[in-house]
Amino acid sequence: MRRILAILLENEPGSLSRIVGLFSQRAFNIESLTVAPTEDNTLSRITIATRGDDKILEQILKQVNKLIDVIKVTDLTDRKHVERELLLIKVLAMNDKSRTEVKRITDIFRGSIIDIGKQIYTIQLTGDADKINAFIETLNNETEIIESARSGCVGIARGEKALRV
Amino acid sequence: MTKQLFTGAEMVVKALTALDVKYVFGYPGGSVLDIYDAIFQQDDFEHILVRHEQAATHMADGYTRATGEVGVVLATSGPGATNCVTGIATAYMDSIPMVVLAGQVATTLIGDDAFQETDIIGCSRPIVKHSFNCRNLEDIPNVIAKAFYIAKSGRPGPVVVELPKDLLIPQNKGEFSINTNVEMRSYNPTAKGHPKQIKKAVKIISEAKKLVVYSGGGIVLSDASKLLTKLVETLKAPCTNTLMGLGGISGTHENFIGMLGMHGSLEANKSMANADVILALGARFDDRVTNNVKKFCPNATIIHVDIDPTSISKTINAHVPIVGLVDIVIKQLLDELKETNFEPNEEALSQWWDQINQWRAVKSISYVPEAEGAKIKPQHVVESMYRITNGEAYVCSDVGQHQMFAAQYYPFAKPRQWINSGGLGTMGFGLPAAMGVKLAFPESHVICITGDGSIQMNIQELSTCLQYNLPVVIVSLNNRSLGMVRQWQDMIYGGRHSSSYMESLPDFVKVAEAYGHVGIQINELSELDTKLEEAFSIKNKLVFLDILVDEKEHVYPMQIRHGAVDEMWIKKGEKA
Ligand SMILES: Cc1ncc(C[n+]2csc(CCOP(=O)(O)OP(=O)(O)O)c2C)c(N)n1
Ligand SMILES: [Mg+2]
Repeated sequence: MRRILAILLENEPGSLSRIVGLFSQRAFNIESLTVAPTEDNTLSRITIATRGDDKILEQILKQVNKLIDVIKVTDLTDRKHVERELLLIKVLAMNDKSRTEVKRITDIFRGSIIDIGKQIYTIQLTGDADKINAFIETLNNETEIIESARSGCVGIARGEKALRV
Repeated sequence: MTKQLFTGAEMVVKALTALDVKYVFGYPGGSVLDIYDAIFQQDDFEHILVRHEQAATHMADGYTRATGEVGVVLATSGPGATNCVTGIATAYMDSIPMVVLAGQVATTLIGDDAFQETDIIGCSRPIVKHSFNCRNLEDIPNVIAKAFYIAKSGRPGPVVVELPKDLLIPQNKGEFSINTNVEMRSYNPTAKGHPKQIKKAVKIISEAKKLVVYSGGGIVLSDASKLLTKLVETLKAPCTNTLMGLGGISGTHENFIGMLGMHGSLEANKSMANADVILALGARFDDRVTNNVKKFCPNATIIHVDIDPTSISKTINAHVPIVGLVDIVIKQLLDELKETNFEPNEEALSQWWDQINQWRAVKSISYVPEAEGAKIKPQHVVESMYRITNGEAYVCSDVGQHQMFAAQYYPFAKPRQWINSGGLGTMGFGLPAAMGVKLAFPESHVICITGDGSIQMNIQELSTCLQYNLPVVIVSLNNRSLGMVRQWQDMIYGGRHSSSYMESLPDFVKVAEAYGHVGIQINELSELDTKLEEAFSIKNKLVFLDILVDEKEHVYPMQIRHGAVDEMWIKKGEKA
């Protein structure tokens, strides 16, 4: 089962490599990982999308928590949360028909075309993983995808719940 | 008034002094010469010069296992640091507090593949509790203080501190300040068990009919052996120890049913398999204990006390997990037992003990004595060693059959008396570990029990022993083979002895003598006791006993692979 974990940790050299190392060392899966400093730049926040059954997830949470740098870790999956990923994608838009079609699809998904080349459109889209996947699939049926970059997901709990020191 | 300024090297020394360090085990090299220069100019602690950095880590480790104090290692960058890796891993697997100070090339060179540059933080990352790269001179004292705090608190473990050369040199100076009361927002290990869980545990224990107390290295690490003994006596329950937990309760205590696991006693493994409640204290259900986890004690309710939440329900699901320091949790359990007016269920107990005594009667830890004129049995050596040292020696083991024979035939009265690499199983650990112990307890008998294979993995330390006058007694059970490997080949690989024996063993007596020690060979059973007595009567010289033992002997009992915890070979071809 897919899980979204949010980790708050010290923004120290080596702290990211400990997280990544832990996952590879213990054969935990990483589907995506994002990291950046928080508004307090002594702290970093990592979002990891992973897969595993309950037993594996319990070990992942415990093992991450055990790292000295880690202040808090939580599994966002089962509670109300917002999950977003950013996609930047370049597609071929050779003729009027395909340009119109790409524009139409982008609008439906509430994306935006952020750059236009001679024959290429660059599109930006945010959403959860399902939406991004659906968008890519739809574009792929319509035109040729030249290149794409996904940020990996970030997540945050809804409501009062907060991950902070 | 201007503040006094210090070099980074001086700060290292001052920090170690502030932390009450008595010994540093190490080996010099380019990147740490400034530290060595600063060490030369102080006499608050002693530096022990080993002959290989791996030995420095094991020596620090042995010192720590015997005393409980954090062991300190100093090594140069590159090969010095990488030579420490096995020792760091050994300490990590057995949760031994250790601080390794590793030199590094100057910060201006890091990343350039400079001479003797290795990323030791990266190399050691999976085998440390934590690590630090120092990048500012004035951070050094507090980084070292933090390293000590992390190493010894919670579940202890090794911490690596990387010290680049440019932070140490005389040209750069800074103010010294150190805070030894470390507080960290990201690290606050739990100490006390959750009261609700304690209540739950005591209720289950009170209703148990076939309770087993299964205790491990955590008891030794947290000096909880008196409390454990009190708990076991209160419950009148049988107690088994892991290889790491031996001495946690006295090996001669009537409630002690022996070590459990792969080469544990039948009664220990049978009791586990038949228990209705297992109280696990500072043990981690290691695969050398459980055998096949799928068949492990399906009918038992498991209460698992450990300081490390990751150890709980990792391999075996715990019904009542309790996270906390095992000494504190045992106290809580004892209090709650008192509170609830616990009375042992005598009827159930007597049935349970009757059953256990039947398993005991099998005498699974026994061997066939030597026939007339036959080679000495290794078990016999350990028994004699036990008798001659009144069971009071520190026994530091290498890895192999000799290790198991020592664990089986030397009942340890006290914790910290039995020192071995249980988790990693590091050959070459025994001698340097024994040296560390001897340094701490010069008046006690300190034995290194070893084999002809293991001793050669750090034999160069005989030189260090002479330099620092460390008269340990080396008891080498020489079976002219890598006995444990050979045993597996006999049992599992059709007797094909692929690379499990060595031609050209050295003359160990001469080796010992060449290093300035006493070497004694024992070949005849008739001279075993007299020569052992002689060896233990020599107080001021290291004695190397090269004892030629029966190379055909196997370690029994032995769990049957993939079987349940209590499925065992009792002897060759005979199942329990
Ligand atoms: C560094 C290392 N390499 C290999 C092994 C695998 N191993 C375990 S026991 C053993 C044989 C040990 O031989 P010896 O020290 O003579 O002890 P014996 O079993 O003969 O008593 C070996 C090779 C190990 N534990 N450690
Ligand atoms: Mg051998």
